[in-house]
Amino acid sequence: MSSVEVRDLAVTYAGVGRDVRALSALTLEVADGEPVAIIGPSGCGKSTLLLALAGLVRADEGELLVGGEPVRAPRRRTALILQDFGLLPWKTVAHNAALGLEVRGVAVGERRRVVAEALERLGIAEFADSYPGELSGGMRQRLALARALALDADLLLMDEPLSALDALTREDLQNLLLQMWRQRGHTVLLVTHSIEEAVFLGRRVVVLSPRPGRVAAIVDNPGMGDESFRNTPAFLERCVKLRRLLAAEGAFAGPALAGRVS
Amino acid sequence: MNAWLRRLGGYAAATLILLVGWELLSLAVGSQALPGPVPALTDFARLFFSDLLPHTGISAWRVVASMVIGAALATPLGLVVGRSPRIDAVFAPLIFLTYPVPKVVFLPVLLVLLGIGNLPKIALITLIVFFQILVTARDASRGIPTSAVLSVRSLGATRWQVFRHVVVPAALPDIFTALRISTGTAIAVLFFSETVAGSEGLGYYIIDAWSRIAYSEMFAGIIAMALLGVVLYELLEVAEGRVCRWTRVGR
Repeated sequence: MSSVEVRDLAVTYAGVGRDVRALSALTLEVADGEPVAIIGPSGCGKSTLLLALAGLVRADEGELLVGGEPVRAPRRRTALILQDFGLLPWKTVAHNAALGLEVRGVAVGERRRVVAEALERLGIAEFADSYPGELSGGMRQRLALARALALDADLLLMDEPLSALDALTREDLQNLLLQMWRQRGHTVLLVTHSIEEAVFLGRRVVVLSPRPGRVAAIVDNPGMGDESFRNTPAFLERCVKLRRLLAAEGAFAGPALAGRVS
Repeated sequence: MNAWLRRLGGYAAATLILLVGWELLSLAVGSQALPGPVPALTDFARLFFSDLLPHTGISAWRVVASMVIGAALATPLGLVVGRSPRIDAVFAPLIFLTYPVPKVVFLPVLLVLLGIGNLPKIALITLIVFFQILVTARDASRGIPTSAVLSVRSLGATRWQVFRHVVVPAALPDIFTALRISTGTAIAVLFFSETVAGSEGLGYYIIDAWSRIAYSEMFAGIIAMALLGVVLYELLEVAEGRVCRWTRVGR
């Protein structure tokens, strides 16, 4: 079970000179196995939400439950993938993929077997002994996913995982993410800046308001789940709808302009 | 293999340039105090096993021991200080206050406290290497990207595991650079401390030859000292290539 429940979450962190309230009274429920995309203006606390769910940032108020259990520390089957993939340049591809298992004290033999399988599934087995610095952006992303697979993660928290990639690689990996979800049925919280990516990968798309982040709107997106969805009018329609919602949240204007436009 | 040959060729060419320059300089100066490379190298060969090797051995042992002790103490301390804002609040001012003080000024005190053997020399060089590595390690561990630490913590890593898998390897290339840079300072201080007290080591040998007006012997000692520096520097380079293999890929 890896359902996610966020109730009245507030997170404040110490900024330069003053405290910053990143999230305020945020409430969100994600069902077990549901893929949800989160989109919102820069600095709306999207990343903070993921870090809190990963057990790395403490909530000041409210409740955070994953699989019905309160989140107090990093959870065993939660995988966090950050924008730069969180790979360690000094470890080989195989070692990077095995890190989660190593940290948890899994025996070497078991580690090797699981990692070899994960690398194989993501098509990077031949690079097992290379260093991340020798891989292309797309392959690095695959490695980050292999690490999550090796952990048998049932909750994937992804913070703009594809934003550093070129357009073609990006689409390729969006298809891969969709495929993985369809095969494994894990719960997904995907933070993205891309409207198309949110509509392609989120069964629901959550729009957050500017800081402090709250849920401004939730768009249902039942058509998602197939690679061909990208080419349908329904897909484009949903993108337009989302773009309007984001405009209303002031996502496209700086703070000074936001008032004038609306 | 090819890279090694190219490296050796580079050293051979550089040595030739140095020798020619030295010869020309000694001809131009025309003083007994600056003999050319031929008499210096002749004495170097003549005295190699009898005098130079034992003195070089003692000097090498002093400087290597100091660098190992200095790095072994400063690396963990610097990394911990750099990672913990609370500890850093106390240690940073302490480092800033003590780092600029030239440690050589403590040689007289060390001589009084530790005698005139190996100990005061090793203590002095250790002190200097310690501070250089401490400052580097602190900066290196502060500069580690938060995302790398967060990713590893999200895997359930303990503090110690974050240290082992992220902080230490991330800082290693900087530590090696600092070590290579400090070989120069370490050998300079070694020379100074050996000239002040004791009757062993290359510093003593050079000053002794100087006082006997045996200038070509003095230069044989200088050559030995230069070689000691080169060998240490190259050894560190090789060690870095082994330990930090990922920095050499894709070049």
